[in-house]
Amino acid sequence: MDAENVDRAVERGEDLGPLMGVLIGVKDNICTVDMPSTGGSRILEGYRPAFDATAVKRLRENGAIIVGKTNMDEFGMGSSTEGSAFQVTTNPWDVSRVPGGSSGGSAAAVSARQCVVSLGSDTGGSVRQPAAFCGVVGMKPTYGRVSRYGLMAYASSLDVIGCFGSSVTDTAILLKTISGHDRFDSTSSKHDVPNYVADLASLDCLESKPLTGLRVGVIQETLGEGVDRGVISAVNAAASHLECLGSVVTEVSLPSFDLGLPAYYILASSEASSNLSRYDGVRYGSQVAADELGSLYGDSRAKGFGGEVKMRILMGTYALSAGYYDAYYKRAQQVRTLVQKSFKDALEKNDILISPAAPSVAYKIGEKTNDPLAMYAGDIMTVNVNLAGLPALVVPCGFVEGGSTSLPVGLQIIGPAFTEEKLLRVGHVFEQTLQNHTFVPPVLSEDAPLI
Amino acid sequence: MASLRFLGFRATPSSFLHHPSLTAIRASPLLLFASSSDRILTVQSPPATPKEKPIHPSNKKVADPGLHGFEAIIGIETHVQLSTITKAFCSCPYSYGAQPNTTICPVCMGLPGTLPVLNSKVVEFAVRLGLALNCSISMSSKFDRKQYFYPDLPKGYQISQFDVPIASRGFVDVDLPVEFGGGHRRFGITRVHMEEDAGKLMHSDSGSCSQVDLNRAGVPLLEIVSEPDMRTGIEAAEYAAEIQRMVRYLSVSNGNMQEGSLRCDVNVSVRPVGQVEFGTKVEIKNMNSFSAMSRAIDFEISRQVLLHSQGQSDQIVQETRLWEEGAQKTVTMRKKEGLADYRYFPEPDLPEVVLSEEYIDQIRKSLPELPEAKRRRYENMGLSMQDVLFLANDNYVADFFDDTIKKGADAKLAANWIMGDVAAYLKNERLSINDIKLSPQELAELIASIKNGTISGKIGKEILVELITKGGTVKAVIEEKDLVQIVDPAAIEALIDKVIAANPKQLQQYRGGKTKLQGFFAGQVMKESKGKANPMLLNKILTEKLNAEN
Repeated sequence: MDAENVDRAVERGEDLGPLMGVLIGVKDNICTVDMPSTGGSRILEGYRPAFDATAVKRLRENGAIIVGKTNMDEFGMGSSTEGSAFQVTTNPWDVSRVPGGSSGGSAAAVSARQCVVSLGSDTGGSVRQPAAFCGVVGMKPTYGRVSRYGLMAYASSLDVIGCFGSSVTDTAILLKTISGHDRFDSTSSKHDVPNYVADLASLDCLESKPLTGLRVGVIQETLGEGVDRGVISAVNAAASHLECLGSVVTEVSLPSFDLGLPAYYILASSEASSNLSRYDGVRYGSQVAADELGSLYGDSRAKGFGGEVKMRILMGTYALSAGYYDAYYKRAQQVRTLVQKSFKDALEKNDILISPAAPSVAYKIGEKTNDPLAMYAGDIMTVNVNLAGLPALVVPCGFVEGGSTSLPVGLQIIGPAFTEEKLLRVGHVFEQTLQNHTFVPPVLSEDAPLI
Repeated sequence: MASLRFLGFRATPSSFLHHPSLTAIRASPLLLFASSSDRILTVQSPPATPKEKPIHPSNKKVADPGLHGFEAIIGIETHVQLSTITKAFCSCPYSYGAQPNTTICPVCMGLPGTLPVLNSKVVEFAVRLGLALNCSISMSSKFDRKQYFYPDLPKGYQISQFDVPIASRGFVDVDLPVEFGGGHRRFGITRVHMEEDAGKLMHSDSGSCSQVDLNRAGVPLLEIVSEPDMRTGIEAAEYAAEIQRMVRYLSVSNGNMQEGSLRCDVNVSVRPVGQVEFGTKVEIKNMNSFSAMSRAIDFEISRQVLLHSQGQSDQIVQETRLWEEGAQKTVTMRKKEGLADYRYFPEPDLPEVVLSEEYIDQIRKSLPELPEAKRRRYENMGLSMQDVLFLANDNYVADFFDDTIKKGADAKLAANWIMGDVAAYLKNERLSINDIKLSPQELAELIASIKNGTISGKIGKEILVELITKGGTVKAVIEEKDLVQIVDPAAIEALIDKVIAANPKQLQQYRGGKTKLQGFFAGQVMKESKGKANPMLLNKILTEKLNAEN
């Protein structure tokens, strides 16, 4: 629905629901019928889909206005949005820094209040890490909670559309609207969609210890070597805060935690190598003139794909090749089963698990572009959750001093499958009771020009 | 090794020359090689122009392939296009011959963001065929992606089944045609799996460009892989024909080879009898009839045996060969450079296909009588194997036959009528038995009317044509056209008297010894009776009359 139609509906006194007239940003790998949808890739430059993604369709039906498409790492492959074929997106908290990725555009747009809420996608942390970097709320739902129809596939068994908002309530409203079974996605769940918003009590209704009895496990492996001190202390402070709210906080170990990262990169690359085969220049997207079929494919893809994408296609193709399949793909699937089991065990003893959303705060643009392994290592906090298919919410929980400005730290709250409701409730209480922190980038409170 | 391989040649050198494919070129024998034991063998040069001399002229007995120490190993992969209303993973319809790119949608075009949703009919049809082929059905199977680049493959991968097919380890029973020596065979089925078809490429006449038609992309297929159990072209063709009968009986496909609804890829290798290992196999494609299949395979067997016997077995390489109908030979299409790596992995967009016992039982109960059961039933009725094979070949014909005998007709007579006059009419008019107005009820009535003498067989044939083209009942046609047989001896006698009186010259000749003229008189009387006179009575009385004054 466009803004004019919403205006007329308002004049007629119609109630289109909580998203009526709300401006929403949509990550550019989610299909929108009337707008370019490039997935951040040159190979889809100028491509306009013939249909809306199911999530977008549901937003429009509820009166939302798609205000624009947001920048991203090409096909979701990256953690800083520097991998976009088109633009570099900066972090509203410090324009010399990255907004995180791959949904960096969606996170930055909400952080800078360019839109109210936004859609992203999360395959290995692509909603949660940029939410943390930009100081906004990010929700990665359970795999299958939101239809993937219309989301350009990166790694189909891990991909999920997620939500950004400047508050837990906004995020919950957005999630409620897009969740639920879709007959166009066989992997979407028929699990009931609760009213995520209804249970979010406002501050004055809260008891002094609203989280009494909540068992919180702090994932040990996420607060050790390789994690910034400032991040660790912010998360520890958040754990203490949860304790003050009545919950029981203990340490919990996920023995397979470190195996998750390599397993994730094998599985995601393998699926990507297959999912990106359709970008061949034959039917849509950019096509390079060629004399024979091999070079039509080769040249179109060589020109259309960026370096990171090519690297992952090569890795994935290798991992699925005869003679290597067992050593890589199959073994990674076995690790995935282990990861799922260790989460299951940990979540039997705890209601939720917490960890940092990223091992560091937002880093400088260009800092890691020549070091893919360092970039990959930044996903350590989030990839396990995708392997297990679980929901996780990221809420801003503190700051780390980063030179001229302080940079936000995100707390990741993980729950069992289809417990988004619980995660949002806890996140909401946490957000409402967090003292002395407002997560509005300085540019917005000063007289500085908007980004 | 070489001497061992060719033992068979030494054992029966004379009959070797009788191989039909070799007789044509016997005039120019060629000395080819000496075996290690210094025994010299005379072998023929390759068949020169197979077009002039087909390996197996059709309709001739080819029971003995004349391989002399070699046997052929044949396995077949059959792709059957399912006649579901919609495609395998989207709701597009499919109809053969539609305008290019008119039955497509974002899903079967492989647009970014689209996902497959499995059509449950595909599973149902797969289970139907799996059960009919005596397979065990996987309670849980999955889809995989088979990856390769080709412009007619929109996603860059085909959704197929790799390591867990929906059905496996079955068999099919076949009766070989009588004219090829007959015999009953059982061929193993390795597996049946579900997959999607690709689109089609259309090449411009100038060759300057190719266009893609995606109408067929995403149409459901079942791939049926046989065990390497066939030994001759006839066996292979009959296997394929049985698969065609099966899918038609089950209504899962129209089985039309010309439209590509039934496509067979055949793997052929030869090895010396007694050798356990298979020889190098060659794949043959592009056969669009069963007889082409049979000829292509027999050609290929001869080609390979010849190469062996010439000591050039190393020239048999793993390759795909095309059957050229015009030239009646197979030619290299592409050599396989190592094994293609399709990088199969589980399709993450589709959940596992999990079946319940109830579901399978329900389908099992709904299966019709299958060709093999029908053939055995017909055989037990006392019909000849030729009749049995004809009637059971087409389930509509079989149904017609069954309905006719249900109405009381004698099985052999009903078979004769259906295989004779009815089949001839259908063939002439290019119709199916469902297209004609004759009902089994009336065919039974017709047979009864002849049997009880109401009409003659000759009149019966006339009535049949009437019933086929215009419908109606036997009784009505007989009455309307006044066709009741004349069985009154007095009436027949009157007709005979009339004819004799009108032909005194012929009568004189007859009585002078030219007794062959009885046929002339019989014909005249029959003509006078408008074909209605009972032939037996006519002849009896005529003989008496003609010989009366002798």
